[in-house]
Amino acid sequence: MSAGPFQYARKTSMRTIFVLATIFLYAPIIVLVVFSFNDSRRGGNVIWRGFTTDYYVKAFNNASLVEAFVNSIAIALISTIFAVILGAMTAVLLWRWRFPFKPVYEGLVALPIVIPEICMGVALAAFFVASGFTISPDAPWPFNLGNIIIAHITFSFPFAAMVIRTRLQSFPPEMAEAARDLGASEYQVFRDILIPHMVPGLIAGALLAFTLSLDDFVITFFTSGPNTVTFPVKVYSMVRFSVTPEINAASTILILMTLALTFIAIRLQKPSEMTK
Amino acid sequence: MESWRRSLPAFAAFAGPTTLWLLVFFLIPLGIIWMYSFGENVSLTEIETTWTFENYRRIFEPEIATLFWRTVKLAAITTFFCLVIGYPVALVIATAEQKWKPWLLLLIMLPFWTNLLIRTYAMLNILGTQGRVNGLLEWGWQFLDGGAALVGLDGLFGERFVPVRFLGTELGVVIGLVYVHLPFAILPLYSAMERLDRSYLEASMDLGGGQIRTFFLILVPLTSAGLVTAAIITFIPALGSFLTPDLLGRGQVDMIANVIERQFKKANDWPFGSALSLFLLYVTFIILAIRAIVDMQNAKGRRA
Repeated sequence: MSAGPFQYARKTSMRTIFVLATIFLYAPIIVLVVFSFNDSRRGGNVIWRGFTTDYYVKAFNNASLVEAFVNSIAIALISTIFAVILGAMTAVLLWRWRFPFKPVYEGLVALPIVIPEICMGVALAAFFVASGFTISPDAPWPFNLGNIIIAHITFSFPFAAMVIRTRLQSFPPEMAEAARDLGASEYQVFRDILIPHMVPGLIAGALLAFTLSLDDFVITFFTSGPNTVTFPVKVYSMVRFSVTPEINAASTILILMTLALTFIAIRLQKPSEMTK
Repeated sequence: MESWRRSLPAFAAFAGPTTLWLLVFFLIPLGIIWMYSFGENVSLTEIETTWTFENYRRIFEPEIATLFWRTVKLAAITTFFCLVIGYPVALVIATAEQKWKPWLLLLIMLPFWTNLLIRTYAMLNILGTQGRVNGLLEWGWQFLDGGAALVGLDGLFGERFVPVRFLGTELGVVIGLVYVHLPFAILPLYSAMERLDRSYLEASMDLGGGQIRTFFLILVPLTSAGLVTAAIITFIPALGSFLTPDLLGRGQVDMIANVIERQFKKANDWPFGSALSLFLLYVTFIILAIRAIVDMQNAKGRRA
């Protein structure tokens, strides 16, 4: 097959690698989903014994699993709101002003993104214990999830800031100047000009923060108490115990949620713009 | 951009919350484990900072040093495979027709957005001695064995199929780590290839460079910046992996994060766990610093 110098996408060898890599990425997840319908009690992932939806019923009737799921969603929602607010403020700060030690500050904001998760997990765990900042597990829901929410805000707002800052770079400064010339106050410029321009960035940042929160295991593992468990932490404790189709069913539900979120993200942000 | 002095109240309003949040919930926590790393347990719950170096010294004891070496080794192997697999994958996306690009990119990134725990669990499901992967291997073995028998070479591939042990071995952990980190490597490679000036490749081909030489002598060097970014972005999280070695290693293939976790949970030796965490942090910083210095020198070289 003759192909031009940069038409690697047309080469059979390259295509084969691409297809194999895709299979490698998808096959484990597909097997997991398929075997969530397997009618077998234990070791449900070895032999196919017929179709059943029993394990979905079982997962839905597992009170602690459902509770963990609800906790995860609540944590993701609350931490996303705060992460987007903090992220937006950070983005505006870095976009608008020149100030001393700015590169250092930028590095500091990016730090939660680059440091190993485990370091942040243990640091926050130690901090909550040492400062006596531990929120009692008996506090009314969702306040008892406070420690986890704080941890999630801390690791997700720098990501939101990054996304929002990218959006701000396309802001035409003439717009703000025109508004000021026409007598708009500093606050009005912010509220009526800057924020509307930021909206796509805010949405992208929110989706990212939400996904990150829902996905996190390590940091949550160190900041959660015995009575404040999230979905990944709960699944982890179940997996350590044994591999059951019930976990597959619960996992499938979360995968579907992720798919739905991705779908929303694509609708809001045309994929044709993703590559730009 | 305006100077912060010109609009001080607005500046303070924007800088305040972020700074406070980072200080209280990020810097102080790191400061606490930094203090702990020089401390010792005085009672079950109390840690006193005595400015001892004992915790750091213990990192270099053979047992822990071996674990650190294994962690670096597994992360490096993982990075290598992510680059080797990721490069052609990114190349296919970058050179695909424009209308296909976003969809191919989405195809690769979609599994990445699935929960890490679930992806690791999915791997755990299929890597067992009776799992799907071994089922596939056994099927392949039967095929080969049948073929060998036909030409009178019975038992060429062994008397019977021996399942490969993935769980609890370094092989299984590396497979899991590559699986989890592959999309990390693909994105920076893809963006480097997108930015590439394709006329260099055409020139090479026109001058008789040939496909393979153009690939290795022109394309790979021109995308080296993307390769370095991809390597770092894969290596750093791989170095701090906890879940993959925990679930797929079954306690046989601990990496450094597993040791840290044990200090904070079961062993209740927070000072040592803190020292290990900070050591991991310093290693991360050193890698990033080297990267920054190299970048700066490259920028200087370009300007000159």
